[in-house]
Amino acid sequence: MKLSREDKIFDLINYIVLGAVSLLVLYPLYFMVIASFSSPEMVNSGQIVLVPRGVTLDGYKRLVQDANIWIGYRNTIIYTVFGTFLNIVVTVSAAFALAHRDLVGKQFFMGYFVFTMYFSGGMIPLYIVVNKIGLYNNPMVLIILGAVSVYNLIIARTFFQTTLPPELYDAAAIDGCGNFRFFIQIAVPLSKAIIAVLVVFYGVGHWNEFFNALMYISKKEYYPLQLVLREILLQSRMVEQVATEAALIDLQERQRYAELIKYGVIVVSSLPILAVYPFAQKYFVKGVMIGSVKG
Amino acid sequence: MRQTTAFHANLEKAKRNYVLYLLLLPAFLYVLIFNYVPMYGIQLAFKDYMAGLGIWGSPWVGFEHFGRFFASPDFKDIVWNTISLSLYQLLVGFPIPILLALLINSCSRFGFKKYVQNLIYAPHFISIVVLVGMMQIMMSPRSGVINTIISSLGAEPIFFFGEEKYFRHLYVLSGVWQNMGFNSIIYISALAGVSYDMHEAAIVDGASKWKRILYIDLPSILPTAMIMLIMQVGQVMSIGFEKVYLMQNSINMPVAEIISTYIYKKGILDTDYGFSAAVGLFNNVINFTLLVIVNKFSKKTTGSSLW
Repeated sequence: MKLSREDKIFDLINYIVLGAVSLLVLYPLYFMVIASFSSPEMVNSGQIVLVPRGVTLDGYKRLVQDANIWIGYRNTIIYTVFGTFLNIVVTVSAAFALAHRDLVGKQFFMGYFVFTMYFSGGMIPLYIVVNKIGLYNNPMVLIILGAVSVYNLIIARTFFQTTLPPELYDAAAIDGCGNFRFFIQIAVPLSKAIIAVLVVFYGVGHWNEFFNALMYISKKEYYPLQLVLREILLQSRMVEQVATEAALIDLQERQRYAELIKYGVIVVSSLPILAVYPFAQKYFVKGVMIGSVKG
Repeated sequence: MRQTTAFHANLEKAKRNYVLYLLLLPAFLYVLIFNYVPMYGIQLAFKDYMAGLGIWGSPWVGFEHFGRFFASPDFKDIVWNTISLSLYQLLVGFPIPILLALLINSCSRFGFKKYVQNLIYAPHFISIVVLVGMMQIMMSPRSGVINTIISSLGAEPIFFFGEEKYFRHLYVLSGVWQNMGFNSIIYISALAGVSYDMHEAAIVDGASKWKRILYIDLPSILPTAMIMLIMQVGQVMSIGFEKVYLMQNSINMPVAEIISTYIYKKGILDTDYGFSAAVGLFNNVINFTLLVIVNKFSKKTTGSSLW
C-alpha cells in the first residue's frame, strides 16, 4: 500500500512521539543501573548522565554485607511464595464454585463479595480486628492479609464461565464425576492461563507490599524488603532538609552509607520482578482483558 | 405449596453440591473476618474507645468525633487536598493512556509497536517505595540528574521536594510515568477489536490516518473510556495512601496531608481510634454516595453500570 504524503508525516510524528515516550520511561530505570555501577562521587556531583563513569562495585559489595537487606529479602521471598500460594488456592476454588452452574445462592454470594469492593470498615476497625486475632507483629499477617482480592476473584470466575461449557458439566455428571474431581481433574488443568495471570498479579503485590507491613509489623526481624528499602532510600531525604539549616552528623554518616548503596539497592530489589517481566507481561495483558470483558 | 417444593428442590441441589460450598468457604470466611467484621467496628466512630472495654462495651458519644473533625482547623485543608490532588490526577491521568493507545494502535511497524508496548508497561511493577526513592534521587537539588540538566541549560537548580508548590505536580506526573502504559492496555485491546473493514473502506475513500483515528478509532473506544471515567470519578475521595505518605515531608505537609494519611496518623500513631474511625467513615460514606450517583448517571447515559 502506498502512503500518502499526509500519512507519511503522521507516521513520522507518531514514531517521534512514541520514541520520546519510550525514552522517558526507560531513562530513569537505565539511570539507576548506571549509577549503581559508578563511583558515588561522580554520581553526587552530577557527572553521570548517559554512561557509567568511575566504574566500581563498591556499592554492591557494601550491600552484600548489609544484614538488614538480606533479612528483608528472605522475608519478602517467604511472604511472596506462601502468600501467593494461599491466594491461588483460595481464589481459584472460590471462583470455580461461583462459576458453577449448580451453585444455589449464586446471587447472594456474588453480592456478598462485590459489596466489599465498594464499602469497607476503614483502616482503624481493620487494625483493631487484626490486633484482636493476634496477627499484630506476626509474620503470618503478611501472608494472610489480602488472601483473596475480589477483583481477581471476578476475573477468575469470568474465565471459568467462558472456558467450562455446560456440556462439560453434563459429560462429567454422566460419567459419575463428582464436583471435587471435576474441579481437580478438569477445571484446574484447563485454567493454567488464569492461574498464571493470578500468580503475576498477586505475586507482584506481595513483592511490593508496603502498607500492611507498615501497619502491622514493627519488629525488624520480620521486616519485608520494602520497609528496609524505605529506611535506606528515604532517610537521605531528611538530611537534605536539615542540611540547609544545620548539619546533623549522625544522620550524615548514615546518609553517606545510603548514598553508597541506594542505587544498588534499587536495582537488586527490583531485579526479581524485572527478571520475570518478559515472561509475565503477556499474562497481565490477558488478565486486564479478561477483567474488561465483564465491564 | 409450589414455593416450598421449589425451596426443597434447591435444598436438594445444594446438598448434592455441598463440595461447592466447601470450595467457597475459605474465601467466604476471609471476607467475613477481614471485611465484614471491621464494618461492625464502624460503630467506633460513635464511641469513646477504651481498650479494656472493647468495641462493644465502650461508651457511646454520638456524633462528638464528627463534630470535632468538622470543627478542627485541619478539616478544610485535608478535604481540599484530597479532592484537588485526585481531580488533578484524573484530569491528566485519564486522557494520556487513551492518546497513547491511539498512537500505538496506528503504528504500522509491528516490531516497533511491540517494543514500545513492552517498555511502557514496565514501571507499573516497580514498588512505590522505589518510585519515591528514585524521584528523590533524580530531583535532588545537589546531585539529581534533572537538576544537572537544568543547570547545564543555565537555569537555577530547583529543590523539587523542598517547596510545597511542586508536590502535586510530582505526584501526578510520576503517576503518569508509572501507569500510563498499563492503563492504556484496556484501550489497546478495545482498539484491536475494531473491524479492519471500516479502515479499508475509509482508505478507499481517501481518508488519512489522522482522519481514521478521529472518526473510527476514537468513537469505537468511547464507551470503554466512559466507563473508565465514571469509575475514576467515583473514586475521587479514595486516593491511595502509600505514595502520598512516602512523599510527605515537613515542607510539603500543608498540601500533602490527605484524608487517608490523616486517619493513619491520628488513629495508628496517636491511637485516637474513635476519632480516626469517624474520619474514615465520613470518607467511606462520601465515596459510596459518589459511586452510587455516578453509577446511576452512567446507567442513564451510557447504559452500562457496575451493578
